[in-house]
Amino acid sequence: MEVSTEAKRIMVVALGKLYSSRAQRGGLRLHRSLLLTLVMKSARDMYHAAQAPTESVASGCEQQQQCSSEITTGPSGAQLDLQVHNSPRTLPQEEVQGSPTELHRDAPARNDAENKENQCPGGPLQLSRKRRGKAAVEPDFLPCKKAKLEQGPCPPQLIVNSVLMDYVNCSSELGAPPTPMPLQRVIAAC
Amino acid sequence: MEEESDTRKINNSFLRDHNYATEADIISTVEFNSSGELLATGDKGGRVVVFQREQESKSQPQRRGEYNVYSTFQSHEPEFDYLKSLEIEEKINKIKWLPQQNAAYFLLSTNDKTVKLWKISERDKRPEGYNLKDEDGRIRNPLTITSLRVPVLQPMDLMVEATARRVFSNAHTYHINSISVNSDLQTFISTDDLRVNLWNLEITDRSFNIVDIKPANMEELTEVITSAEFHPQQCHTFAYSSSKGSIRLCDMRQAALCDKHCKYFEEPEDPSTRSFFSEIISSISDVKFSHNGRYLMTRDYLTVKVWDLQMENKPLETYQVHDYLRGKLCSLYENDCIFDKFECVWNGSDSVIMTGSYNNFFRMFDRNTKRDVTLEASRENSKPRAILKPRKVCVGGKRRKDEISVDSLDFSKKILHTTWHPHENIIAVAATNNLYIFQDKVN
Repeated sequence: MEVSTEAKRIMVVALGKLYSSRAQRGGLRLHRSLLLTLVMKSARDMYHAAQAPTESVASGCEQQQQCSSEITTGPSGAQLDLQVHNSPRTLPQEEVQGSPTELHRDAPARNDAENKENQCPGGPLQLSRKRRGKAAVEPDFLPCKKAKLEQGPCPPQLIVNSVLMDYVNCSSELGAPPTPMPLQRVIAAC
Repeated sequence: MEEESDTRKINNSFLRDHNYATEADIISTVEFNSSGELLATGDKGGRVVVFQREQESKSQPQRRGEYNVYSTFQSHEPEFDYLKSLEIEEKINKIKWLPQQNAAYFLLSTNDKTVKLWKISERDKRPEGYNLKDEDGRIRNPLTITSLRVPVLQPMDLMVEATARRVFSNAHTYHINSISVNSDLQTFISTDDLRVNLWNLEITDRSFNIVDIKPANMEELTEVITSAEFHPQQCHTFAYSSSKGSIRLCDMRQAALCDKHCKYFEEPEDPSTRSFFSEIISSISDVKFSHNGRYLMTRDYLTVKVWDLQMENKPLETYQVHDYLRGKLCSLYENDCIFDKFECVWNGSDSVIMTGSYNNFFRMFDRNTKRDVTLEASRENSKPRAILKPRKVCVGGKRRKDEISVDSLDFSKKILHTTWHPHENIIAVAATNNLYIFQDKVN
């Protein structure tokens, strides 16, 4: 299980770095974002390879993120699901881009490129999937975006490359960058 | 055997004693000019400082020419792109000198978005004796002028002025990582993550895109360009390195858009060393042609490789820079050090290569004798005129007296930028905000 723990940790750190790089002076660095995305993919693949024999993932992990990506696995049926939601500000960019982030869950609430789910998601679907840890209480000045590792019956999906789209989209972003969330909190949440 | 002279004077003694460093003073690039007479440094604050070598004096033949500050100027200022709501950093990413063609010196300096051509010239005379204005520049009362005179050039204190002669802007969507002057001395290339643009030094409102690796769908992006350089003699050939560890050699005569390479250099990955971080550590951070134009050198996170231009499937030589870090990649990933971009450099005769490491160490590899040495650029460990002592990092359990263990290495002290004099054994090494210049001992 060490591989999967390490893989998970690497993914979490990568997401944290991707998130905080948006607040960086000079804008998003494409090369760095690409490498982080590749590391996440690598970690994800290793994680799945380690998880394949087992049926369920016991751990839950929450994070607040800026990038939009959902983790996907193939039909092999691994149970990992990591979701990250976009902020509402990226809405116009997605339209400009024209290719929506894929949506994978059967859940009707998750639709479209844009996750308007930065509003605290309510509803039965959320309740059944969400795992709230100690660090789950967010300050209300932060948008309600979560990335969670969950277990669920639906085939989870990951589109890590949408992080890169985000980089391109950032160029047409209007408005101030978000306040970065302390990384300690992200790690502690795992 | 080398001796040292530290000549960077930006930090005053207060800063030095308290070990503070303002971020603007962090050196981001160093480059000798083609004669070695001048050394330019760029920093994060957008400034360029040019050092000039003192003429060797006959009275003190043992005292080789030292480098003193010649000119300082603000090359780039921070800018704000209102359309994209992005700040453009003023940090100087690269400086490249043009070979000297007249009394003035020319260099190209670039930040993330804009390349500028600077002219550095000396003025040691000024005209005096104007008819219509007096020495202060005030207009004289015409009624007081009773005679006509010709202004004469009088000597004055030497003044070195830098003027921006060309500004090459608005050609890059992504961040510029390198520039390279062509051997034809008329064109240069500027390279960002996805594109290489060709410019004429005289024309600033137009550039030609010669490489474009941007995919139609950005979600399919798998590699970016990390550096590009013109061949030192063939004006139609250039090479660019990628984040996947490959190098492509392109010939501009083939087509206007050089998306098809004529040579592709890549070493297959060793599956036994595969890890989470394989992609990151195989990304090439610097590519340099040898002076003779027959070899290419590349730097990735842990190694330096020398490639023969005639052999594409594997490098000619591979040198381990700091292989003891291979087991620490996870911590280096967490503290961001794994993303550090080290440069590499050839000596004038292409027999020795040099690159930086952590703890203010830098490494030299002699290609002929296969010997290597680790040296340290630090004030505490070396006095001016002293010979640098080779350093050693111990990997095993038993640490000898002078060795440093891997865990005591200071990863905040990294040597990313170094340069070697084109003809002599003089090197300049940038350690955060300090510049160290080392020369061969004269005997």
